[in-house]
Amino acid sequence: MTNASAPFLSVQDLTVTFPTEDGSVQAVDGVSFSVERGKTLAIVGESGSGKSVTAQAIMGLLDRRLSSVSGHAWLDGRDLVAMGDDEVRHERGSRMAMIFQDPMSSLHPFYRIGAQLSEAVLVHQKVSKQAAREQALEMLNRVGIPDPKTRIDSYPHQLSGGMRQRVMIAMALINSPALLIADEPTTALDVTVQAQILELIGNLQQEYDTAVIMITHDLGIVADIADQVAVMYGGRIVEAAAVDDIFYRPQMPYTLGLLASVPRLDQVRVERLDPIPGNPPSPISLPPGCVFQPRCAYSDRVADHACEGIRPELIDIGGGHAVRCHLDGDVRQAIATDVLDALAGSGT
Amino acid sequence: MTDTPEMDDSVLRVTDLRTHFPVRSRGVFPKTIGQVKAVDGVSLSVAPGETLGLVGESGCGKSTTGRTVLRLIAPTSGTIELDGTDITTMSAKQLVPLRRKAQMIFQDPYNALNPRHTVGTIIGAPFEVQSVSPPGGVRLAVQELMERVGLNPEHYNRYASEFSGGQRQRIGIARAVALRPKIIVCDEPVSALDVSIQAQIMNLLKDLQDDFGVAYLFVAHDLSVVRQISHRVAVMYLGHIVELAPRDSLYSQPLHPYTHALLSAVPLPDPRAQANREQIRLSGDLPSPINPPSGCVFHTRCFRAEDRCRVEVPELRELLPGHTVTCHFPMFDQQVGTVIRGPQSAATERVAPKARPPSEVIADVVESGGLARATGVDYVTGPDATAPK
Repeated sequence: MTNASAPFLSVQDLTVTFPTEDGSVQAVDGVSFSVERGKTLAIVGESGSGKSVTAQAIMGLLDRRLSSVSGHAWLDGRDLVAMGDDEVRHERGSRMAMIFQDPMSSLHPFYRIGAQLSEAVLVHQKVSKQAAREQALEMLNRVGIPDPKTRIDSYPHQLSGGMRQRVMIAMALINSPALLIADEPTTALDVTVQAQILELIGNLQQEYDTAVIMITHDLGIVADIADQVAVMYGGRIVEAAAVDDIFYRPQMPYTLGLLASVPRLDQVRVERLDPIPGNPPSPISLPPGCVFQPRCAYSDRVADHACEGIRPELIDIGGGHAVRCHLDGDVRQAIATDVLDALAGSGT
Repeated sequence: MTDTPEMDDSVLRVTDLRTHFPVRSRGVFPKTIGQVKAVDGVSLSVAPGETLGLVGESGCGKSTTGRTVLRLIAPTSGTIELDGTDITTMSAKQLVPLRRKAQMIFQDPYNALNPRHTVGTIIGAPFEVQSVSPPGGVRLAVQELMERVGLNPEHYNRYASEFSGGQRQRIGIARAVALRPKIIVCDEPVSALDVSIQAQIMNLLKDLQDDFGVAYLFVAHDLSVVRQISHRVAVMYLGHIVELAPRDSLYSQPLHPYTHALLSAVPLPDPRAQANREQIRLSGDLPSPINPPSGCVFHTRCFRAEDRCRVEVPELRELLPGHTVTCHFPMFDQQVGTVIRGPQSAATERVAPKARPPSEVIADVVESGGLARATGVDYVTGPDATAPK
């Protein structure tokens, strides 16, 4: 069943469509990527880019009556998209788990956290209640909850935001899943707590050899923890590469725009930032050609208005670096060099 | 830096401000059993056309400070002077004319605008409330404002709910600048926005400041955003300002251990730099503002704390020009947690010429035992990876 050379999670041509009154919305459009065990893939994008829906589709969290999912998500040789609801539910919580931005979305306000953690164990393992509680205690200790013996009988509302986030991580990891998807897990947290949580996820990942998909909009987090990066825009991956390539050799104008928009603590302050003009597209009315074209400063360098009419494909430019852009390789490279020089120049 | 009490031209001056919220017991006859000391002795001033950044983690009292200085929350004690007028104890009625001078921009552009009102009504509301009739009429004034903040004036009759988050924030900004206030309190104005939109809004705020000379009290948790927009920055912790300094001085030479910890925790968008960084990890959680720690409020989480910090409240000291800190053992001249360094040391050079000779400042710090605390610091050092992954 398992092919030694096949990646642990392999997503192929994943497409998610939501039928709405205003026509069907293609939230995710032909997304493909793979993640190995022990590695981290960061999916970067702004609101409406389809990054969260991608994760939900993999985890089988989308209601099949309200959405249509096509493509494949091979987890260790088995296709999650083709599985029935019960089968996916069995995988979820044991072989794969997800953590969210808001811990209260995963924690029941009426139950003590110990009961909720034990339940996660009892559903997936044949152990006694006592053994499950001991596992829960052990896990709370692991995620750095002080005084876990007392805390295990707390209700979620009695814990601080950072503590709740830890409890949610404990719950997600209590069955040592092989795949963890984290959807903006630290966005609501303070930077000092964020640093602790990211370190915690990294440590547990090493220990359990977990494949991690980190969904975020924060380029600092990407630089901190990612091995591979997929940049999403308008439901599509527009650039995918190893983390160093994304930061030091980016190619797609959107990625360049993102890098230029963020104020950076590690460089001398520029008087004015250089933001991407306009707004992200609405998934209801995506541009017909390149999804980024309406905001792209370089589409006039492509002949015959190709960016407006023809959809660019994601093309591998070597070394596992894929770019979805009509610009000629040389022109694109020249633009990237200019932008990066300007960014670096602002730091001298 | 230059302001002296005698020649005070600040648009906002806050002295020893305290905002405490009573904690009441349950039952039929609730009694006050404690005080949440959300703001506990904050002093600051904002000069005309200046941006003062107020940064800190959640629960530090930065938003309460922002709201109290506009009298949206009643202060417990202290004084608030708006453009030379003491507004601390004014009645709601007396405050109405002063609202022209001070406005607010909110974090959540979805909750701050009435979805049943058109953009024209929302932006025109300040004119109506204050009975101001601009030359050419309200409609023209509103459309000029819309154009100024980057909205299409033809959308005058659209409803707020038809706009995206970034555009809504522009509507909120247009409403705030409508009467040309002297100061705007911005409470996390970009934190709910997408990365590419954040930069647009920050540039807009900057342009409006250049045009109208408006001052901002900019409340935010994001240290890079605050650095981008502020002239001076105040760092808050548990209701206190622990460090206040000109921007470049604060970011290139942070003195308070808490500021170091905050700066070192911000992940940098540069994988190699990030892998080689030293991070200070704070232990524990924020203490309860009902029962703040004795002595220095930060001592329970501070990696430099000594017995003295547990007992003695540190005084505010000016250790660099305009750069004040409340700490017994400031981290003078140490690289830990300092973010701008190496080839980018230009920022350090740009710090205004020192008013006191450095030797004197160092002597001062050594005397207080500051440099002696350099060793035994419990921080996590990143892997010494010189080669990229």
